Amino acid sequence: MSDSQTVVPTSSHDDVHSPALLHHFATEEQQKDASNLGMWIFLATEVMFFGGLFCAYLIYRRWYFGDFAAASASITVWLGALNTAVLICSSLTVVLAIWAAQTSQRALLLLMLALTMLFGLAFLGIKGIEYKQKFDEHHVPGATFSFDHEEIPSQPGHYANPQHAQIFFALYFIMTGLHALHMIVGLGIFSWLFWMAWKGRFTPEYHTPLEIGGLYWHFVDIVWIYLFPLLYLIDRHS
Amino acid sequence: MATAIVSPVEREDYLNKEYGIASWLLTTDHKRIALLYLISITFFFFIGGFFALLIRLELLTPAGDLVQADTYNKLFTQHGQVMVFFFLIPSIPAVLGNFLIPLMVGAKDLAFPRINLLSWYLYIIAGIMMLHCMLTGGVDTGWTFYTPFSTAFSNTKVIEAGLAIFVSGFSSILTGLNFVVTIHRMRAPGLTWSRLPLFVWAHYATSIIQILGTPVIAITLVLVVAERALHLGIFDPKLGGDPLLFQHLFWFYSHPAVYIMILPSMGVVTEIIPCFARKRVFGYMFVALSSIAIAVFGFLVWAHHMFVAGISVYAALVFSILSYGVAVPSAVKVFNWTATLYKGSIHYDAPMLYAFGFVGLFTIGGLTGLFLSALGIDMHVHDTYFVIAHFHYIMVGGAVMGYLGGMHFWWPKISGKLYPEGWARLAALIVFIGFNLTFFPQFILGYLGMPRRYYQYPPEYQVLNVLSTAGATVLAVGYLLPMIYFLWSMRYGKPAPDNPWRAAGLEWTVQSPPTTFNFPEQPVVTWEAYNYDEIDKDYKEEAQVVG
Amino acid sequence: MHDHAKSPLKTYFAVWGALLLGTFLTYRVAFIDLGVFNPVVALVIATTKALLVALFFMHLINASERLLKLVVASTIFFLLILLTLTLTDYVSRPWTIAS
Repeated sequence: MSDSQTVVPTSSHDDVHSPALLHHFATEEQQKDASNLGMWIFLATEVMFFGGLFCAYLIYRRWYFGDFAAASASITVWLGALNTAVLICSSLTVVLAIWAAQTSQRALLLLMLALTMLFGLAFLGIKGIEYKQKFDEHHVPGATFSFDHEEIPSQPGHYANPQHAQIFFALYFIMTGLHALHMIVGLGIFSWLFWMAWKGRFTPEYHTPLEIGGLYWHFVDIVWIYLFPLLYLIDRHS
Repeated sequence: MATAIVSPVEREDYLNKEYGIASWLLTTDHKRIALLYLISITFFFFIGGFFALLIRLELLTPAGDLVQADTYNKLFTQHGQVMVFFFLIPSIPAVLGNFLIPLMVGAKDLAFPRINLLSWYLYIIAGIMMLHCMLTGGVDTGWTFYTPFSTAFSNTKVIEAGLAIFVSGFSSILTGLNFVVTIHRMRAPGLTWSRLPLFVWAHYATSIIQILGTPVIAITLVLVVAERALHLGIFDPKLGGDPLLFQHLFWFYSHPAVYIMILPSMGVVTEIIPCFARKRVFGYMFVALSSIAIAVFGFLVWAHHMFVAGISVYAALVFSILSYGVAVPSAVKVFNWTATLYKGSIHYDAPMLYAFGFVGLFTIGGLTGLFLSALGIDMHVHDTYFVIAHFHYIMVGGAVMGYLGGMHFWWPKISGKLYPEGWARLAALIVFIGFNLTFFPQFILGYLGMPRRYYQYPPEYQVLNVLSTAGATVLAVGYLLPMIYFLWSMRYGKPAPDNPWRAAGLEWTVQSPPTTFNFPEQPVVTWEAYNYDEIDKDYKEEAQVVG
Repeated sequence: MHDHAKSPLKTYFAVWGALLLGTFLTYRVAFIDLGVFNPVVALVIATTKALLVALFFMHLINASERLLKLVVASTIFFLLILLTLTLTDYVSRPWTIAS
């Protein structure tokens, strides 16, 4: 193989492309596909991140089913169900926002982004109410934790082991807390998307940040879709 | 060999394009980021090596007379943490992978250059946290952080160490993410999967592990920190928790992590061997797919670290059988390397010496892994020096030798200078001798029953320990030599031609060192990988025309 | 790559409705005694909802190459490995923690 020739840096801008095209990509399509794949892979890491918690949950729910059921019965199920509905609505507003960008409807886009964030704030607000309830009932793990004399739903007369119930609450707070943290990051992302939309940066040809921000938001919704039955609905029928 | 059209001193490349600290600390050029990593991981290699030195000094005598027991615990813990998380896991991917993958696939940079820089900053932040932890009390739980000692009993800075490793994990995840997207989306026209260098395949497999495994140790460390800070009881038997759950979650990542450490090295060796045997790789597809197989299988075997920890015998059986399975794709590679060498035209340059060393030492390390997969043997040698020798054969005899081989092979491309070949061959020999002298006695020590993580031992183990420490000193010399002559070569080395090894691969078609955007124009690939027969034919024809 | 020859709005609202219905079902069924099938039903409904979000809201069903579906499938595969292989230990142990 012969030696290379004198270098000519490639910075020709002969082709007309979106100002958002980064120089190391050959085409806008390549950049969009790369961003999309990148976000999906990031979501894969998030699945495994939450996955470790689901593993711990699975093991202890099996071992301490009665105690977990008693603990689960003490969290307010309709608040959890409401929050599930809130997130589902927020996922709808996200896809509607993207559709608005695809059809050049700036006002609708901004409205949908704002609604998404509103739903997100509502979710966090309801979560705050739930956490306060747990705090007031001394169900927050740590020095102030107490869970005495709580009946196991399927075994009347038998009471839950407070230490095992504390494990439930530890997992409850860590799993929903981590989820809420992701929600807050999501709100930050959507604030930035709102600002970009306000500035008119999105067109039917280019709205990749909306799409990948949307992917992240839907993932956060999916995590909650699993958290709700697993945390709130252990043995509610006894 | 044709001379360069423009003299090297005037030619612009990625090193001389811009000067100043800001141009380095704010760079998005994958080649500069690779060098930033090179400096950082070399620094941590010294730190980890320093701890190793103290360990080996203590073990010169049977009595615990150099350091106190608690201090010794901190030494082996920090040696392990620094070497695993701050040296081995980043080493080849963050230095050679970052530098070479865009070049090897014919791209101007990785898919996400700014995320690449972020990855380095996360590594540095993690490193600073770790250094601070070590300087303000250290951690003594073993690099494995087993509970409930780490969560309830240790009086050292477990939380800080855990958080440092948590941050370093995200550096690793982002590197893996960047590589996968780059390899999928940014290959040059004509560069099909079956024409990719096997170095790229190896890094693809490594990235899969980084992406899927690292988050699990991240959340596990969060749980450890939470439990230690809040006394939650998730891993505390007194509160109903199971310490083994920690071990399951920890090893789910940490076993595949060892494949993060070895796969890139295998990729390096697979580049070196065909070049210095002047032959195509035997069984290209087998080697490519064996990398993926190692990544996948590696996730199925973690509880072989827990055979004596208290898991059920039935689970132990399952994991033992699966562990035998994971050896198969590694063996496939060894067969293919050997077959590539057969009837090749062997050249004994320094990279090839390291590659030979790798193949032999990795085979020994891998085979002793099979010993450990057998439940009956593991009962006897678990937590002894046999295990330590096993993993050092793979990590040091394998991964580090592959890393050094790769640094030598690509040094002309990275720096534009040639290292002194005579010194390099000498250093390779010293490393090989020093390594075996250090770690072979440890197999015997382990088999004879010397436990690991002990700072004192019965006198009958002394001779082997002295041999091991002597070997470590030789090994240290072997490691220092390349650092000295690589630095020397940057100032005084002969300028490197574009392709000093007449190697195959797109990285060798650009100047040494490359320009910032790598290729003057987009390459189009129409040839198969490792086409050494064609390259040598062309060279012979050229020589005939000239001569 | 988006195939939006027809209005996607119908699909989006249909999925939204299905998700809300699924949530309602999960909630109601939890109060009925199905024995060991309670968690099964809950997880089946949750998985259906997750699939709906992934396929239609996250446009996985429109993905032109199989790569993204492979990413999702392999992630789920390894998550299941974590859960099931860990379980092989716990289901075959004759002891729990006495506390």
